[in-house]
This record gives sequence, structure tokens and C-alpha cells, in this order.
Amino acid sequence: MSLWRYSNPAEFMRITAPALPWLWGLTAFLLGVGLGWGFFFTPDDYQQGATVKILFVHVPAALMAINAWLMMLVASLVWFIRRHHVSALAARAAAPVGATMTLVALATGAIWGEPMWGTWWAWDPRLTSFFVLFLFYLGYIALWAAVDEPDRAADLAAIVCLVGSVFALLSRYAVFFWSQGLHQGPSLSLDTRQNMDDAFWFPLVISMAGFVLLFVSLVVVRTRTEVRLRRLHALEALEARG
Amino acid sequence: MMPDLARYAGTVIGAYAVAVGMLAVLVGLTWERSARVRRRLAEVEARMKRGTDEGA
Repeated sequence: MSLWRYSNPAEFMRITAPALPWLWGLTAFLLGVGLGWGFFFTPDDYQQGATVKILFVHVPAALMAINAWLMMLVASLVWFIRRHHVSALAARAAAPVGATMTLVALATGAIWGEPMWGTWWAWDPRLTSFFVLFLFYLGYIALWAAVDEPDRAADLAAIVCLVGSVFALLSRYAVFFWSQGLHQGPSLSLDTRQNMDDAFWFPLVISMAGFVLLFVSLVVVRTRTEVRLRRLHALEALEARG
Repeated sequence: MMPDLARYAGTVIGAYAVAVGMLAVLVGLTWERSARVRRRLAEVEARMKRGTDEGA
């Protein structure tokens, strides 16, 4: 059985329809537990006080802002190489979700930064690269909307996605490239060093899982809508020809 | 039930409100657009089916 069979629009619609209620249910459960635990049952940080609770919305949103673009990059490469329409439509469907995640990360970061840094905004490497990533999201969405011919729009948007991937990676690794700046180092890492106490780590991981599933649920619904929209336009064109 | 957020109550509640609000709007718009496109497609498919049946 090949993975590529899911790139058939009819097969994609058939497979995803029964999965959606489960995806939404699990998303609601994980977000409810992660955010509820983070907001109501975590202690204050000895330096940041109660503002540490913002961690549970800020970090997962920032994580998904970058990962959404990386998912779009993979889907764009599949489009370039295999010319599967579902992958191009999935990349298109993910862009507004990624843009919203970036905006949430920027907004909650600004709200958090004001009491901790004494400013809403600074041209810090990580903040700046996130802002540029947000602009790339807007450009990508605008490009899809501006080009009428779908395959040409998918080609051009995929090129923007490839270029923007530099900024997605910069957003992730900016704190390593430039040591100066207000933003702290990564909250989570794959090394063995413990970056935070378990009291924060467990609800953060659950909240991150909730954000991942929220992204997946939204992208599946939006991709299904794009597939239907393409069929709708094809049928309308057929009708117009008589 | 409400945690003691001390002088950061506005900051923390504001951040959660902004995040949850933005995500709720995104979910709402996604569902609304999905339902609208599904309805339009069903209408066109029904119209074309009627046309095919009448032509037969």
C-alpha cells in the first residue's frame, strides 16, 4: 500500500471524513487539560511571578508558527516533485493557520514582554525573524489569492515557501545565531539538561500536543474545503459551457 | 478556583483572552467557510443531476 494513494482527492476525502470528529474531540480534550492545568494549577515562577502562565499559550503557538511553515515546505516540495494537487491545497490550507499561530505568538510575547522586559517590542533577533515570518505568511496567502490559474499559483506560492523557509529556520535558531537580544534561550530542548521544573513541563507538553492537533484538525478541514472548492469551480465551468 | 495572579492578573488574563480569542475566530471562520462551500457544491451537483435526469 503506497502513501501516495492519499494524494488522490477522492481517497483523501474518504479517509479524513471519519477521522475528523476524533481529531476535534482529542484537540478539545488536550487543549482543555493543558491550558486548564497551566492556568489554574501551576505555581508562580520565582522571577516572573504569575506571568509564567503565559508560557502555555505562547510557546505552543510559536512552535506551531514554525512547524506550520515546515509542513508547507514539505507539501510544496511534494507538489514540485510529484505534482499532487492535494499537497498544494494542503499547503494553501495551512497558511492562514500558521499566520494565526505566528500572530498569537507575537501578541502573547508582547503582552508578556511588557512587564518582564519593560517594553512591548524590541528588534531582537528572534522577535524580528518571527515578524518577518508573519510577513511571509501574508505574502504567501496574497499570492494564492492573486493568481487565477491554480497550478501557476501553486508553483509561485511553492517558490515563496522555499524562500520563506530560511526565515522559519531563523525563527527557530535565532537565539543560537546571535547571542545578544532580550529573548531567552529555548524553553525546551532535546538535550538531557533540564530547562524547567516538571510542574511546568507536563502541562506545557500537553498544551503543545493540543496545539499540534488543533493545527492538524484545521488543516484537514481547510484542505477538504479547498478540494470541494476546486470541484465546485470545475462543475460551474462545465455548467457555463452548457 | 481562580488562581491568585496578584499584580499580573491583567497581563495573564489578557494573554489568554487574546490567544483563545484569535484561535476561536480562526476555528469559526474555518467551519463557516467549510459549510458554505459544501452547501454551494451540493446545490450545483443537485442542479446538474436534475439537468442530466431531464435530458435522459
